[in-house]
Amino acid sequence: MLEVTGLRVAYGGIQAVRGITFHVNQGEMVTLIGANGAGKTSTLKALARLLNAAGGSVRYCGKEISTLPPHELVSEGIALVPEGRGVFPRMSIVENLLMGAYSRRDKEAINADSERVFSLFPRLKERSQQLAGTLSGGEQQMLAIGRALMSRPKLLLLDEPSMGLAPLMVQKIFEVIRSVADAGMTVLLVEQNAKLALEVSQRGYVMESGEITLTDESTKLLANPKVREAYLGE
Amino acid sequence: MMTLAHSLGAWRCDKRAAIAATIAMGLMLAAFPFMIGSALGNSWLRIVDFALLYIMLALGLNIVVGFAGLLDMGYIAFYAVGAYLYALLASPHFGLHLPVWLIIPAGAVLAGVFGVLLGAPTLRLRGDYLAIVTLGFGEIVRIFLNNLNAPVNITNGPQGVSGIDPIHLGGITLAKPLSILGFTISSLHAYYYFFLALALLIVFITIRLENSRIGRAWVAIREDEIAAKSCGINTRNIKLLAFTMGASFGGVAGGLFAGFQGFVSPESFNLMESVMVLCMVVLGGMGNIPGVILGGILLTILPEVFRHGAGPVQMALFGKILLDPEALRMLLFGLALIVVMLYRPAGLWPSTTRRREFRGESTTDALKEGE
Repeated sequence: MLEVTGLRVAYGGIQAVRGITFHVNQGEMVTLIGANGAGKTSTLKALARLLNAAGGSVRYCGKEISTLPPHELVSEGIALVPEGRGVFPRMSIVENLLMGAYSRRDKEAINADSERVFSLFPRLKERSQQLAGTLSGGEQQMLAIGRALMSRPKLLLLDEPSMGLAPLMVQKIFEVIRSVADAGMTVLLVEQNAKLALEVSQRGYVMESGEITLTDESTKLLANPKVREAYLGE
Repeated sequence: MMTLAHSLGAWRCDKRAAIAATIAMGLMLAAFPFMIGSALGNSWLRIVDFALLYIMLALGLNIVVGFAGLLDMGYIAFYAVGAYLYALLASPHFGLHLPVWLIIPAGAVLAGVFGVLLGAPTLRLRGDYLAIVTLGFGEIVRIFLNNLNAPVNITNGPQGVSGIDPIHLGGITLAKPLSILGFTISSLHAYYYFFLALALLIVFITIRLENSRIGRAWVAIREDEIAAKSCGINTRNIKLLAFTMGASFGGVAGGLFAGFQGFVSPESFNLMESVMVLCMVVLGGMGNIPGVILGGILLTILPEVFRHGAGPVQMALFGKILLDPEALRMLLFGLALIVVMLYRPAGLWPSTTRRREFRGESTTDALKEGE
C-alpha cells in the first residue's frame, strides 16, 4: 500500500534521514522504532508532506505522493496523528472531531463516525462539549486519534502516541490502536517505546541515525538480542 | 413528542422575541442620529459616522487577527488603498468622476489584491515576525502615497487629494440635505444611514463567514497549523483568503472615508491608526463579533469624550484648566486601555470559549469535575 524508496530528509546541511526504504502492506500494522533523533519523526513528517523530502520516492496505492500538498493527502486517505497530539485547544471535543472530517461533506455519515469514535473512547463522550485544551494528555491523544479517524483514512500514521503519557494511559492508547488495526486499518506507527510498539505490530523497522539497520517480524525483533540490548533495556 | 412540541413552542417564542428585538433595534438605530444630533450637536453626529467606519475596519481586521490568528500591524494600508482609489477616481485631481457604485467595489477588490500581496510572502510567518513584516508593509504603502508625486504626480504627495466628490447614488448626493417625502434630513444623517447599511452588511457577511467551513478552517489554523494541515485544510489558500477578505472590508471603509471627508492625505494612514484598529479588536474581544463592534464604538467615542470632557471637568474641580485637554486625552485613553487589559484580559465582550478559558478552567478543574 505504501512504498518508500530511498527517502532522504535534510535540515539545511544535516541529513536526518539518509535514504531509507520500507513498505507497508494493506491491512498491516508496521512500526518504526529507534532512539531519540534517529529520524523517525522526520520520516513521518516527510510522508505526511509537512516537510519536503530531499530525495527518494513515496508511492501510495501505486501513486507518487511525495509532490502532493499536505491537505490533498487527507482526501487520498492518509491521516496523520501529529507528534505531541496537536489538538485544537480552544475548540470543544466535538468541534475537534468535526475538523477531522473537514474534507468530507456527507453530514450523516460524519455524525455516525463521531458516534463510532465516541464508542471507541467513552471518556471523550462524557466531555464532548469541553474544550480540548482542558483535557489530560492521554485524553488529548485519544482525541487526536479520533480526529484522524474522522477523515475515514485507509492509512493511519501515528507519531509517538505514547509520548509524555502515564504508563496506564499508554496501555489504553495502545489497546485502542490495536483494535483500530484489527478492524482492518493499515497503520504505520512511529514509536520510542519499542517494546509496546513491537508487541502490537506485525513487522518492525529499526532506525539508527537516519538509516534502517534492521527489519523483521515484530516477534522476531522482540527476541533479537541486539534489539533487546539496545531498545528493551536488557 | 412532548419535548418536540415543547422545543417547537420555545423556538416560536424565541423567533417572536428575535423579531421584536430586531424591530426595536432597527427603530433605535434609525432614531439614534436624531437623538445624538439634538442632544449633543452635529460634531458628535460626525463622530458617530466615523465610529461606523471604524466598526467596518475592526470587523475586517478581526477576520485576520481574531479568526485566523495572524497578527497584522499594517491593516490601515488597505484603508488607504480604498481611500486613495476613491480619491483618484472621483476628484478634480485626474478630472475623473466615476460613480460610487463602481469605485467602492473596485476599492474592495484592489484592497483584496493588496491583501494577497501582503499575505503571499508572509505565509510561513506567525506572531511577532508577522507583526513586524505587516508593520513594514503598512509603512511602505503610506510612504509610497507620500512620494508618488514625482516624477509622475499620481497621489499628489504629502498635500493629499482634495475636492473629492461626495458619495452620491444615482442623482442623490449625500453632501446636501435630503428631502424624502417632505421630510428633510441633513447630510450627516444621510451618511449615517448609508454607513449603517454597509456596516450591517459587513456584520452579516462576517457572521456568515464565522459559521462556515472557511470560518472553522481559520480558527483551526489559529489553534494549530500542523494539525490543521493534517485535517486536510489547504492552509495556504485559507490564510490568503483571510488576508483578502479582511483587506477588502478595509478597502470599502477607505472609499467611504474619502467620500465622507472630501480629502485624503498620507497622514491619515499612519501606524497609530493601525494600532488603534488593532486595539478595537483586542479590547472588544478578539474573534467575537459583538465585542469587536463594541471595541470600535468605544475607541472612537472615548478619545472624543476625553477631549470634550477634560476641560469642563477641570474647570469645575479646580476653577482653571491645569492640563491641556488634548494632552490629557491620550493619557486617559492609555490608562483606560491598561485597566481594561488588566481586569478583562479576554476583552470587554469575549466569545464564550475565550471567556471560559480566561476564567482559568484548567486541566485540574476539569479533572475534578469529571471524576
